[in-house]
Amino acid sequence: MQLVELNFQTWLRWALWLVVGFAVVFPGIVAYMVWLERKVAARFQDRIGPNRVGPLGLLQPIADAIKLITKENIVPRSADRVVHLLAPILVLTSAFLVMAVVPFGVGLVPVDLPSGLVYLIAVSSMSPLGIFLAGWSSRNKYSLLGAMRAVAQLVSYEVPQILATIPVVLWAGSLSLVTIFDRQLEFGWYVFSPPGLLAFATFLIAGVAEVNRTPFDLPEAESEIIAGYHTEYTGMRFGLFFLAEYLSVFGISCVTTVLFLGGGTPIPFLEFPVDLLGGSTASLALVNLILLAVFLLKVLFFIFVMFWIRATLPRMRVDRLMNFAWKYLVPLSILNVFFAGIWYEMVIRPGGLTFANWLRGTLVTGVLVVAAVYLTFLLNRKLVESKPIDADWPSVAPATESAR
Amino acid sequence: MVAHNYVFIGLLLLFAVAFAAAPLLVVALVAPRKRSSTKDDVYECGVRTHGETWVRFRIQYYIYAIMFVVFDIETVFLYPWAVSYGGLGMFALVEMIVFLTMLGAGLAYAWAKGALRWA
Repeated sequence: MQLVELNFQTWLRWALWLVVGFAVVFPGIVAYMVWLERKVAARFQDRIGPNRVGPLGLLQPIADAIKLITKENIVPRSADRVVHLLAPILVLTSAFLVMAVVPFGVGLVPVDLPSGLVYLIAVSSMSPLGIFLAGWSSRNKYSLLGAMRAVAQLVSYEVPQILATIPVVLWAGSLSLVTIFDRQLEFGWYVFSPPGLLAFATFLIAGVAEVNRTPFDLPEAESEIIAGYHTEYTGMRFGLFFLAEYLSVFGISCVTTVLFLGGGTPIPFLEFPVDLLGGSTASLALVNLILLAVFLLKVLFFIFVMFWIRATLPRMRVDRLMNFAWKYLVPLSILNVFFAGIWYEMVIRPGGLTFANWLRGTLVTGVLVVAAVYLTFLLNRKLVESKPIDADWPSVAPATESAR
Repeated sequence: MVAHNYVFIGLLLLFAVAFAAAPLLVVALVAPRKRSSTKDDVYECGVRTHGETWVRFRIQYYIYAIMFVVFDIETVFLYPWAVSYGGLGMFALVEMIVFLTMLGAGLAYAWAKGALRWA
């Protein structure tokens, strides 16, 4: 649906999305994600977490917002003032724009762009630019280091992330997120196929790296470079970065859910009855309510997984981080494009998803996927053994008897 | 009147910029402003900053950027192929295998040349 009639109804729908969705609901979700993360992290560390402001600390986000707004805004003397101001706005804008094509239910989507996925990748790659401007304009060495790392990391993990969406596009035959969602209503979630599972894993790992969260939060590694690119940001300008980070976590969880977990469909292989109760407005509302609830549950699951990872894993070293993107994820996702093609020929082209087709496809591509993963890891290990300089930096010789 | 769907994206862009700028305006109105020369220093652990900050980059970043551009352009070819694959059949798959093999060869070459080494 490329063109829309610009009548009162369209304006009303757009205004509702902007005023209710983008101005209230998404920031509200993000504010309570911060609360949730503090609670979850506290539980992981055997603490209680925020419990002073309101019952269960539920008013904590509001208190935080008031605090951030009343803090003095400090810009270093030598900084580039204009760029320093623009950088957080750019990062937050990028995070907001990502949400514009996510289908939350049937017809419950801000806009259905025919090239939704390309749009998504285009706007999400605006954030490295903002991050780099932040680090560069601060004129602080730690900021600059953080910004350079951030750009190298974001750019590297974008490649496997994009490649991991190719199987989904191939099977759905469309770049529109709404069509991808609709196809999964009919044919089951894409994660339930070996190439889909590999693509899902790649996409999730790269997604965690794209939103700068542990174990990939090198750009803001506080033990080495203070706070990375936002070292020189105080008060609300820092708050914007913070908001953008959590909004991106929400966004990437939504996109993963739509691409691989069938959006809001509750049951994997069952066609969801969209015209429950005979397709009236009430039934559409009911269907959308169910879809939205299931969708948000899945998104909450991904958000929780990200918090869980953060509470569990230590930060990666920068060379291993880059190696993991280029030497593991990129070759695997290139191979996965072939496997996705084989899956298409074996399952989707001959009459869709029958059990016999599914089983045959799963066996064949499953063997291929497992072999590819195994070979990639084996090859990397062999290469590291033959050329130790590729393994670690700085290359430290193993401690020998004579060295002591 | 008929309009493009992207009009909404434009509106959202304006909205997002306004949403980000509004709290900054409030900050300018309510937040305290007490300047001091120490406070305006860059935050580098309390010691005086040493040497120029806006330095040249290491060449390694540039190499990664080139690799990124190569693979990003590749997706420009991959997306249309993936969208129209259903109507093309086996021949398209073989063609894409050839294309991706060349690309994989490029990756292997960069790898062998040490372009992927962070040191």
